[in-house]
Amino acid sequence: MKVLIKNGRIIDPANKIDAVLDILIEDGKIIKVAAAITVDSGDAVDVTETIDASGLLVTPGLVDIHTHLRDPGQEYKEDIISGTHAAAAGGVTSLACMPNTNPVNDSLAITKYIITKAKEQGSANVFPIACISKGMKGEILAEMGELKEGGCVGFSDDGVPVSNGELMRRAFEYADTFAMPIITHSEDLSLVGTGCMNEGPVATELGLKGIPWVAEDAATARDIMLAEFTNGRLHVCHVSTKGSVDLVRQAKTRGVRVSCEATPHHFTLTDEAVRGYNTNAKMNPPLRSQEDVDAVLAGLADGTIDAIATDHAPHHYDEKNVEFAIAMNGIIGLESLLPLSLKLVEDGVIDLNRMISLLTVQPSRVIGIDRGTLSVGAIADIALIDPEFEWEFMPKNLLSKSKNTPFAGWKMRGAAIRTLLAGKTVFERSL
Amino acid sequence: MFFNPKHILGIKNLTVEEINFILDTAESFKEVNTRQIKKVPTLRGKTIVNLFFEASTRTRTSFEIAGKRLSADMVNISASSSSVVKGETLEDTAHNIEAMHPDIIVMRHSASGACDYLAERLKCSVINAGDGTHEHPSQALLDALTIRQHKGEIKGLTVAIAGDVTHSRVVRSNIYCLNKLGAKVKIAGPRTMLPPGLEKLGCEVHHNLKAAITDADCIMMLRIQRERQGKTLIPSLREYSRFFGLNDSNLQLAKEDAIVMHPGPINRGVEISSSVADGKQNVILEQVENGVAVRMALLYLVSGGEKLQDN
Repeated sequence: MKVLIKNGRIIDPANKIDAVLDILIEDGKIIKVAAAITVDSGDAVDVTETIDASGLLVTPGLVDIHTHLRDPGQEYKEDIISGTHAAAAGGVTSLACMPNTNPVNDSLAITKYIITKAKEQGSANVFPIACISKGMKGEILAEMGELKEGGCVGFSDDGVPVSNGELMRRAFEYADTFAMPIITHSEDLSLVGTGCMNEGPVATELGLKGIPWVAEDAATARDIMLAEFTNGRLHVCHVSTKGSVDLVRQAKTRGVRVSCEATPHHFTLTDEAVRGYNTNAKMNPPLRSQEDVDAVLAGLADGTIDAIATDHAPHHYDEKNVEFAIAMNGIIGLESLLPLSLKLVEDGVIDLNRMISLLTVQPSRVIGIDRGTLSVGAIADIALIDPEFEWEFMPKNLLSKSKNTPFAGWKMRGAAIRTLLAGKTVFERSL
Repeated sequence: MFFNPKHILGIKNLTVEEINFILDTAESFKEVNTRQIKKVPTLRGKTIVNLFFEASTRTRTSFEIAGKRLSADMVNISASSSSVVKGETLEDTAHNIEAMHPDIIVMRHSASGACDYLAERLKCSVINAGDGTHEHPSQALLDALTIRQHKGEIKGLTVAIAGDVTHSRVVRSNIYCLNKLGAKVKIAGPRTMLPPGLEKLGCEVHHNLKAAITDADCIMMLRIQRERQGKTLIPSLREYSRFFGLNDSNLQLAKEDAIVMHPGPINRGVEISSSVADGKQNVILEQVENGVAVRMALLYLVSGGEKLQDN
């Protein structure tokens, strides 16, 4: 079976390609990238489907290395089917899912369940991230070797960061034994306390307990120091403060094996979005000050930040329709990822090639997967993007089971028009 | 002027004129409270629910007496006897109460923003009787009324507020109210009890009580919750009292005719010495007395104010 994508603007940062070219796919793999491939000649003699991509960007399928699919255990929020469906609608073909399911993913059984279900019923590739510690309890290391064999791509205790320094040291060493990264939600929970939004003037005015930036910076500093000491590999999730961006930048100049990601909400919104006690602006790390947002943007611009990731965190309406202090943390992000990232280009923060790189090959490298490129021989995970497509972000039209987004009603520009997974169309936007 | 707000959720969004109108209305109700027969028929046939999710003797009783003196039917619901313990959400609890057609719900809740949350979802009026550490408008208004009675005018006064601002439910409302009325507000407390950005609310911030109260016309002491002792904010009540307690000696720094206020309940010997709490400058019980009048005014105005007389 052969598919030909014609006349699109191919952007493939891994191969430094930005040109109008055609892509020929056979049996789910890219077999040719060239100008003016003609149907019924040469390799393209038995093409079964031709896709006209005139006026569209043709990019590697996007790679989101930070999602919560809630499956197993919290399928009322999201499951592997709905979550990967939402991913496909956002142009995302590969995603990594965090282990804070119920039960947590600290075993081969859960890892296999996730991978099998995604393969059989999903609309995107799913790469599980397993726990650092058994039961995510911060006491004993999880069986990292076996988890890697099972298909996990990294280790994280995500929202319940390992506080014990000795265990974290050993985690870096042990994970590196298997050439795996430690992925951290770097936060000192004793400094978070019962805080529920960024500490600062807005929290003071609203009478909400604050989470100070030093809770993130202090933990980021420790994690970087441990990575440096052990020569282990660290990926810092969702940097949200000026300090943590600076810490990663400095560490990189020292040669520490560290990478980091930023979320669209942290580079788009400030803690002003909480006003009115908007529980859809409640997440962890919290939305910060304008100064922090500017620092994250600078980190994206100068290459300190390696990836844009969503921290897609679905929660049920009932879990958000409550008093602010008791509302769940997190927002969905898969379907707003692309337009909010394109806004960075529109605003002149980064150029289009850089943006696509932050959403494809760079995150792929962080978790060591062979995706995010349009190289000949690569699996044909491809996004067809209309960067000018204007649409209103309406929760009711989203494919995620949950609708917890602070972007409801936003006028968006840019969307995935069609998403291919191994050459097969898994999403097509009705226009 | 005519002022008939749907809700009273905070001071922040009230105008100077509206605040003064509330205070004037309260002034006119004060007289009812000293009559032989302390009841007027103004709110006859109105149903008012006191929905208190946190213990509060003073505020709840004050609203209850205010409503009863205006002949409204008052119903008290406290969290301990409510369905909250059964896992019902705030929205469901409120809708159940609303289904019985109250005219006003007066709510106290531990979560900042809880009253705004309710007002967005209900058709009846909501009066905020303290939401977390956000606003407590009736307390700020009764404080303003008390100051006005003693000083004539609030404009130009210096008001010092001292204590645990982080955990205070009233201080933000007080800052807004006093600022709007033209007073200068000075806040004092240990840094652990002063949240960042406080000055942006419209006040000077001091870490030294003496600096804040020097030449003040009015001193408001905030309650130190005993359970804070030995946690991370202060080492002991003893030390707090030494540096931030108001006593006969440091009170001398204030103006001679300065008044001493406290939203209650007071901790004698902690934030305020007994001799000051009982001294001639204290107006603490007048605050309580004015509380009833202010709450009568709020219930009256939310219910329709002058429009009520037309019926």
